[in-house]
Amino acid sequence: MSSTPHQAVVQPASFAFTPETAEKAKTVLARYPAGRQRSAVMPLLDLAQRQEGWVTQAAMDHIADMLGMAPIRVYEVATFYTMFNLAPVGKHHVQVCTNICCLLRGSDDVARAAHEELGIHFGETTDDGQFTLAEVECLGACVNAPMMQINDDYYEDLDAASTKRILAELKAGRQPKPGPQIDRINSAPVGGPTTLRDLPPN
Amino acid sequence: MLSDKDRIFTNLYGIHDWKLAGARSRGDWDGTKEILAKGRDWVIEEVKNSGLRGRGGAGFPTGLKWSFMPKTIDPKRPHYLVVNADEGEPGTCKDREIMRFDPHKLIEGCLIAGFAMGAHAAYIYIRGEFIREAQNLQAAIDEAYDAGLIGKDACGSGWAMDVFVHRGGGAYVCGEETALIESLEGKKGQPRLKPPFPAGVGLYGCPTTVNNVESISVAPTICRRGAAWFAGIGRAKNSGTKVFCISGHVNKPCNVEEAMSIPLKELIEKHAGGVRGGWDNLMGIIPGGCSVPVLPKDICDTVLMDFDALREVRSGLGTAAVIVMDKSTDIVRAITRLARFYKHESCGQCTPCREGTGWMWRIMERIAVGNATIDEIDLVEQVSRQVEGHTICALGDAAAWPIQGLIRHFRPEMERRILQRSGKAA
Repeated sequence: MSSTPHQAVVQPASFAFTPETAEKAKTVLARYPAGRQRSAVMPLLDLAQRQEGWVTQAAMDHIADMLGMAPIRVYEVATFYTMFNLAPVGKHHVQVCTNICCLLRGSDDVARAAHEELGIHFGETTDDGQFTLAEVECLGACVNAPMMQINDDYYEDLDAASTKRILAELKAGRQPKPGPQIDRINSAPVGGPTTLRDLPPN
Repeated sequence: MLSDKDRIFTNLYGIHDWKLAGARSRGDWDGTKEILAKGRDWVIEEVKNSGLRGRGGAGFPTGLKWSFMPKTIDPKRPHYLVVNADEGEPGTCKDREIMRFDPHKLIEGCLIAGFAMGAHAAYIYIRGEFIREAQNLQAAIDEAYDAGLIGKDACGSGWAMDVFVHRGGGAYVCGEETALIESLEGKKGQPRLKPPFPAGVGLYGCPTTVNNVESISVAPTICRRGAAWFAGIGRAKNSGTKVFCISGHVNKPCNVEEAMSIPLKELIEKHAGGVRGGWDNLMGIIPGGCSVPVLPKDICDTVLMDFDALREVRSGLGTAAVIVMDKSTDIVRAITRLARFYKHESCGQCTPCREGTGWMWRIMERIAVGNATIDEIDLVEQVSRQVEGHTICALGDAAAWPIQGLIRHFRPEMERRILQRSGKAA
């Protein structure tokens, strides 16, 4: 479950979906049967977060109104799931997995490197608002451990040096290449697959 | 060793085109209409006869599960297929590869499985963090609609089938099928009491079957190649191919599709480049994702990777996520990390789990650094027994088993730390 922010958060007075996001919200609502629009609460919270950078109380109230839900039911959902940020996060949300498979392959080094490069600890945001560093549970890329997620992308097969390089590139305004940071094809073994070698390419 | 011609996930590594043209060249969507023309009962019988057991962890026979859906469809209570793509069991990363590199196998599977159970709608509940994977999957669904493979008249069969992607929000417990249904309904992901089972009262109170991504994705190939082909791979009652995820202290961590019942040692040595420092450097292996008990080396030497063989050694196949730990591992810290994970992910509904996961974690944190007494090892075992079997869902059991496995096989290491810190060690 997500934790509540430690500092008081300044809540904006109002929220509205932009015309673009409102269009996406319409597509989302069409996925669910008539009378079951409550199912759209998570996708709409996600849209609100993508628009504002975090989930504001005004956004939750707006979504409650849209879906005909009591506001408390939306707050319950927003606080239950870890992906909803109830306080502003940095432009780059750096989430380091420290669960068992990453731990076994050096997530301590990744965490330390991120701390050294960004000057912040888990749960903190840089003063310029560029980076938030978070410790997260398994992200499901275990054969490419250790790994971290930055916004929508996975960075895999990390070590201290590649972690620092990726974060330095982001600082410099460049977009580092996601996926494995060593010479391998996705989740195939290093050195090339041991299977599926005789299939015709297409 | 399984030969390539018997592998189902031929784009597991994303080397080839994952879109419709590529998928078709690998045999997907071939003769789907003819499969559907054989009828609902034929599909269910075929999947039953193939011996396919659920690939999400519990290993329940998939065809049997489908047969629990009502035979006649009440128009006021439509049937639903829900695909569990909330892959979050530490060590497991196979559904991710299927969804980003072989999404059409899953979509075709949704049509065939949906048809077999009388469902016109399938919801694929994908974990929220898999954003790129959800994008690929949605793109493949759009392609399938445009090509008439799904939609009002799927593949020209006359069967209407809609497939929707629903992204989760980052809660491990939603991998439990009734928590997933609650979440899909727009609520907190807290498991429901069973019965009623989802086949009777599931999504929106309607008959529902929840299946893992891999279970659904292999169904089309089973129907095309025949139940006997699938049943002929692996041991009896453990048949078929399986995507294994091999992580941790191996030279080449990887995903690989292999035959069920392959010896664990062979799996690791053939595909993952062996244990770091050689097989004799092995300390233990968690063979099926973090919720199953760890196995010491002497069991790993000979055990087969299937449901029954691993149950016989008091562990489980789970999701077939093989987590390898060599002798350099601080195994008490590793299991303590899992204890923290379960404490973080407990949904809070059942008291034994909500409180017990916290107690187990706190005791384990102290044992990991030796700041405990010997009888606290028995205390944490006792707490784990009070959690196990006393909760609505299996998360409580999953939190208890890794600790029980540690005590069963590695108690001397726990005692050593405690004695060392208290100065009583030799």
